[in-house]
Amino acid sequence: MSELLRVEGLKKYFKTPKGQLHAVDGVSFSIEKGKTLGVVGESGCGKSTLGRCIIHLLDTTDGKIFFEGKDITNIRKEDLKESRKDMQMIFQDPFSSINPRMTVKSIIMEPMVIHNMYGGDKAKQEEKVLEIMDTVGLARRLADSYPHELDGGRRQRIGIARALALEPKFIVCDEPVSALDVSIQAQILNLMQDLQEERGLTYIFITHDMSVVKHISDDICVMYLGTLVEKCPADKLFEKQFHPYTEALLSAIPVAKVGARRERILLKGEITSPINPEPGCRFAPRCLRAKPECFRKQPELKELEPEHFVACHLY
Amino acid sequence: MENILEIKDLTIQYRADNRIVEAVNQLNLTLGKGESLGLVGETGAGKTTTALGIMGLIPDPPGIVTGGEIIFEGEDLLKQNKKRMRSIRGKKISMIFQDPMTSLNPVMTVGSQIAESIRIHERCSKAEAATKATEMLELVGIPGERYGEYPHQFSGGMKQRVVIAIALSCNPELLLADEPTTALDVTIQAQVLDLIVKLKKEKQTSMILITHDLGIVAEVCDKVAIMYAGEIVEYGSLEQIYNHTCHPYTKGLFGSIPDLDSHVKRLSPIPGLMPDPADLPAGCSFCPRCTCACERCESENPQMIEVETGHFVKCFQIGKEEEHV
Amino acid sequence: MQKAHAETGKTVKTGFWRDAWHRLCKNKGAMLGLFLLLALILCALFAGVLAPYPYDLQDYSHTFEGPSALHLLGTDNFGRDILSRIIYGARISLLVGFSSIITAIIVGGLLGAISGFYGGRVDNALMRAMDILMSIPGMLMAISLAAAMGPGLANMVIAIAIADIPGYARVVRSSVLTIKDQEYIEAAQCIGASDSRIILRHIIPNCIAPIIVQATLGMAGAILSASSLSFLGLGIQPPTPEWGSMLSAARQYIMNYPHMCIFPGVAIMITIFALNMLGDGLRDALDPRLKN
Repeated sequence: MSELLRVEGLKKYFKTPKGQLHAVDGVSFSIEKGKTLGVVGESGCGKSTLGRCIIHLLDTTDGKIFFEGKDITNIRKEDLKESRKDMQMIFQDPFSSINPRMTVKSIIMEPMVIHNMYGGDKAKQEEKVLEIMDTVGLARRLADSYPHELDGGRRQRIGIARALALEPKFIVCDEPVSALDVSIQAQILNLMQDLQEERGLTYIFITHDMSVVKHISDDICVMYLGTLVEKCPADKLFEKQFHPYTEALLSAIPVAKVGARRERILLKGEITSPINPEPGCRFAPRCLRAKPECFRKQPELKELEPEHFVACHLY
Repeated sequence: MENILEIKDLTIQYRADNRIVEAVNQLNLTLGKGESLGLVGETGAGKTTTALGIMGLIPDPPGIVTGGEIIFEGEDLLKQNKKRMRSIRGKKISMIFQDPMTSLNPVMTVGSQIAESIRIHERCSKAEAATKATEMLELVGIPGERYGEYPHQFSGGMKQRVVIAIALSCNPELLLADEPTTALDVTIQAQVLDLIVKLKKEKQTSMILITHDLGIVAEVCDKVAIMYAGEIVEYGSLEQIYNHTCHPYTKGLFGSIPDLDSHVKRLSPIPGLMPDPADLPAGCSFCPRCTCACERCESENPQMIEVETGHFVKCFQIGKEEEHV
Repeated sequence: MQKAHAETGKTVKTGFWRDAWHRLCKNKGAMLGLFLLLALILCALFAGVLAPYPYDLQDYSHTFEGPSALHLLGTDNFGRDILSRIIYGARISLLVGFSSIITAIIVGGLLGAISGFYGGRVDNALMRAMDILMSIPGMLMAISLAAAMGPGLANMVIAIAIADIPGYARVVRSSVLTIKDQEYIEAAQCIGASDSRIILRHIIPNCIAPIIVQATLGMAGAILSASSLSFLGLGIQPPTPEWGSMLSAARQYIMNYPHMCIFPGVAIMITIFALNMLGDGLRDALDPRLKN
């Protein structure tokens, strides 16, 4: 399998009045073509920032991003527009991610107009829009509707259709189902899997929902306060976790089964501030097994088992 | 077991622009003392409206309780006057709202907000209320020294703890928790759920937990009621609902959640969407989305039937197949 | 609520503006305002047909006359027909109102959009300049500008517009700031839309509602300012009729001939009332939170 995207030591700092906010702090990974990489973590762990850096909605502070072997970290503006065709994004909030003043058709057609696809032939573009609407399961009669007439699930389908309009190879999905009801959520997840199979899409799937990420991902990255703490194939992660944070995170998920309650590891306190973080492991202040070393040096990502990487001083 | 709350044929409507929206439709529910009931449903199922109905807080207009009874400790709450309801609210029944960010007053210290709710319902001096408020803070796991701090100095999970402290400050008989952990991260959610379970046990409070998360219900509740389009479609003990699922909608809900333990390639979601509450189907409201609907389902609204002791299902197909489970 | 229509197949075609128009139609006050305003505009347009006399026809045998069949609203100190002068005056007043507001919207809106979209230093510099403008009372500003530039229609429009610019800049900037944070702007960047496309296609259509509201309410203010300036002798020069200058001229006769004051005053009042009603209605109609 060939590698589609590689990220090396990606850092994104924001300036705040209180100091530097380390939103993403040295994250590295790669994704193979046609696979899904799940990125999980709680709010404030930098998972959305990571996605936005990759897609160039935000500039990166440091590190490198390679797409199909090409370094696209500091891509020029003209080239960026071209590379947008390959990389798209699906957003979290189906209510704020589409322009309320545009019809469904014009929303899906806009990317085609911008990129002058099909030689700028309007009729051809319109036909294509209707085709995409079929693909994502939007009835053609909704083409002239406005977003406020539609429910969350349909709006999210519009967002997916817009991302597909440019026929990208790679899509960053930022919590695409967390704003939806469970039954609708399942419909959208199935749609995304179907699209991946049909079109060989590659996804980065950002979410806080462990069961969703397990369902859809091939590999999973667990993030905590801007750092990658554990990375391994999806099935493996749920069998064996090395990092104390991953353990606690998994044990905290409520399971919809009677008597399935696992031994729960309750973490101390809450997430610490990502502004001017202390040296050492980001998780150390809440870790139940922290050693003195953990407060001094940030742990490196180590391959403990084949394909299972962990950043922790305990191993 | 003695029933603390009994809801009979409760119907709540919202009226707007000549449209009548049936938010809650002929709802029946009983809750025993010390029990916790999970009220599960999707957005728009009428869960929150039911809770507001119990609290007597339906915004009027546009909401109207058009029928039914809510019997709490022997008295019908719908017949009480405003003054009596005020004394019941907060004292005997209290509610935890979904968003801890907006349910606290930003310009009052958290301690004084707890003390205030104590002073409203109990005759005591300011100093006594303050002492009790400090105790409540410690009970929910916040150091008493933080009494004088303002809500913005607390994180989301801590704020929700404060909200719980306020709700429990007068030792209510019944606690209505409306999605108390939806706005929180999983690890924080685990902490808050643990706290709720612990306090509930200690204080013997009855609880209705409103949520869309079947996982949370499995951990916290004894009884489960599944709501769809303003009606309860299945009701029973935790074990009955989870292990002997009967109603097609409930089955659909379970099929929609990705399972952590086994690997399913595809989820089996419920097709279609929730019907418009102002334009409900003539028969069973789930009929248009149901995979096993028949002609009768289209025209006639099924009644609740008891499939086993304490397990009620509102579906024609169940009666037909007899021991379907 | 429209969800349902989509679900059951009877999709009702409702655009944002059509919805807003329906809501506006339901608001009786706003409709009254709109009706009055349209009537005033027609009066102004067809002043030549409607007015019984030329506005500058002096008749020294009929000065200071009260309302009569000949002169419905009476005559002034030069024996000119007050009704005719008010009808012609509507031209100036509405012209000044519309043109000063449009100037203020274009300049203020542009400054606000730039300020909000680019942020940082540009924003800081522009907004501090606006703050300085804002710290001077609007009327005082208009008076000093009109005094400096000399009286006249164009100068009056400019003076009023400048005093109004900071208000529009603020309104537009704040709505741009909110809209800029919406995910659909990020989505537009994602599909490769240029800055100008984002501003024109995605930002402006979404912040037009507060501008329209501010404009209707602001126009009343502008007409009032124009009247005040004319009243002070810094606006339109005689004999061109303008409601403010008519008031100003009538001031010295107020004790003996109050009708000279009352009628232009009422004209101003009706216009402002109409605009305020319409503005209030528009504000409600365009607020998406009040949908349905």
